[in-house]
Amino acid sequence: MEKRYEQFSHTADIGVRVFGNTLKELFENAAFAMFDILADLDGLKGEITQDFELTAPNYEELLISWLDELLYNFYSKKIIFYRFEVLELSEDMVRARAFGRSVSENRNRLKTEIKAATYYNLKIIKRDDYYEVDIIFDV
Amino acid sequence: MPDWTGPLERIDEYRWRIPRSYMTGMRVDGVIYADEKMIGDVRHDRAAQQVADVASLPGIVKHSLAMPDIHWGYGFPIGGVAATDIEAGGVISPGGVGFDINCGVRLVRTNLKETELKPKLRDLVYALYNEIPAGVGSKGDIKVTEKEERKLLVEGSKWVVDHGYGRQEDLEYTEERGAIAGALPDRVSDRAYERGKHQSGTLGSGNHFLEVQVIDEIYDGEAAAAFGLGAGQVVLMLHSGSRGLGYQVCDDYSKSFIRCLAKYDIDVPDRQLACAPVNSEEGKAYLGAMKSAANYAWANRQCLMHLARGVFEKVFGMSPGDLGMDLIYDVAHNIAKIEKYNVDGKEKLLCVHRKGATRAFPPYHPDLPEKYKKTGQPVIIPGDMGRSSYLLAGTKEAEETFFSTCHGAGRRLSRTAAIKACRGRSIAGELEKKGILVMSSGRETLAEEAPEAYKDVNEVVDVVTGAGISKRVCRMKPLGVIKG
Repeated sequence: MEKRYEQFSHTADIGVRVFGNTLKELFENAAFAMFDILADLDGLKGEITQDFELTAPNYEELLISWLDELLYNFYSKKIIFYRFEVLELSEDMVRARAFGRSVSENRNRLKTEIKAATYYNLKIIKRDDYYEVDIIFDV
Repeated sequence: MPDWTGPLERIDEYRWRIPRSYMTGMRVDGVIYADEKMIGDVRHDRAAQQVADVASLPGIVKHSLAMPDIHWGYGFPIGGVAATDIEAGGVISPGGVGFDINCGVRLVRTNLKETELKPKLRDLVYALYNEIPAGVGSKGDIKVTEKEERKLLVEGSKWVVDHGYGRQEDLEYTEERGAIAGALPDRVSDRAYERGKHQSGTLGSGNHFLEVQVIDEIYDGEAAAAFGLGAGQVVLMLHSGSRGLGYQVCDDYSKSFIRCLAKYDIDVPDRQLACAPVNSEEGKAYLGAMKSAANYAWANRQCLMHLARGVFEKVFGMSPGDLGMDLIYDVAHNIAKIEKYNVDGKEKLLCVHRKGATRAFPPYHPDLPEKYKKTGQPVIIPGDMGRSSYLLAGTKEAEETFFSTCHGAGRRLSRTAAIKACRGRSIAGELEKKGILVMSSGRETLAEEAPEAYKDVNEVVDVVTGAGISKRVCRMKPLGVIKG
């Protein structure tokens, strides 16, 4: 599966269908999808790296915790993250690194305010050779 | 997406039932307010299923309701109303309030006539756009210490008025006087404080807006006069919420409430409907945090109105007295409220969730300001930026909806579909031809918010007035629009 994500029609909010050849990649691509909606990521490089370690009772809740953690960091530390590496992933723990740039010099890149990632209809599906999940963002 | 094929039984011209028998777990029927034409649209997404899902909340009484501006949300439908019986273990659900806690609208009158506005419209729209912080990550005017912020969360509008942002009488004309009692600022996480910092007095983005409108139709002269309104008069409408603070409160409690499902043995069809009994420790904590966020939102709208008044004074070179910019009313449309109702002959304390629905108290309700006793509560219904908005009033008949009514036009197209439909077009140019000046800080906001992305608010209002749950007072058309 080459494609990282696609948007689908949701009346009030924004829906994305995220793909990943592995669960790790699914988590990375979900984060990419969220920031791709938030801001124009094209050509962003360098400079900030941040490490994350999160726990939750299952993969689905872990995924939302991961997205919400990134979103919180975007709003509080003003960092646009554009690349993600999931280093370790189990059913109840994710360890990851994200690469970003500060918002201040990239203000004109901001597109859509995302309030949160929701749990609505959340289910990670295993296809033959890839994973897929639909996520609704409240915008 | 395939159409929803569940049962929608016609009760009368404006009401449709999803019977309890449709789905295991439904505790009450679902009732959707819509006319024949709209109900077809309702089937095109998952909103009706969400009405059925909400009917499974423990303690829900009467019906799981949806107003005619119903559309697909997450967990609850937008336009959803659900009341739970607190004594009977009724629950509160953070998802039933939503991320933008106390998102709401306020309407401000002016003494200006359309003819006086027209020559200065462009100056006014530019000045409002420049003076009022809007857009993703914008910073506001009010800087407060953490200790003061906690006071703001308890005192809401009063705190900002006491600090010079407005007048004492503004409080009288704000739902809950701009501060709902029982806020618990220590139930708001550090993260929520952090996200809300510097955001007091910011409009936000997306569908949040500020509109300069003119009254083009009066339906109830007596009520309009009581509200200080007449035909041709200019008004200001403002739509905003609790910004990052509210989003984070919902986020925190949506997450922690998933654990409550097992703890209280609650079965709901979706995690976003996670809930806890209102009377549980968790329920009380959320309610206290939600009220804090609601008060933050009232303070925010109060501050925005104050900034806008200043802009009007400057642009028109008029004193506040000559401008007559009195607040008509401020209503919340994403909130849970503890209210008393008669259910099956008994008075009960209910937790009323309004998720994209407006409280609409009837004439002589004790919570109304003296001036509005006869008219009922003003209900502000923003439409889209190209057509109309409405001012309605509450009615006695709305007891069947726990004194709730619609909150807007309701989206018809998704944001992506709207952007697609607007590709290659200048929405600002099209609106300007109609005499409407629009400015926006978001790149794609104007396409996302294009008039055709919304249902026709006239049809939505036809349903709520036809069903008797509100009455028309007057209609406004937009002249100047600032979008976040």
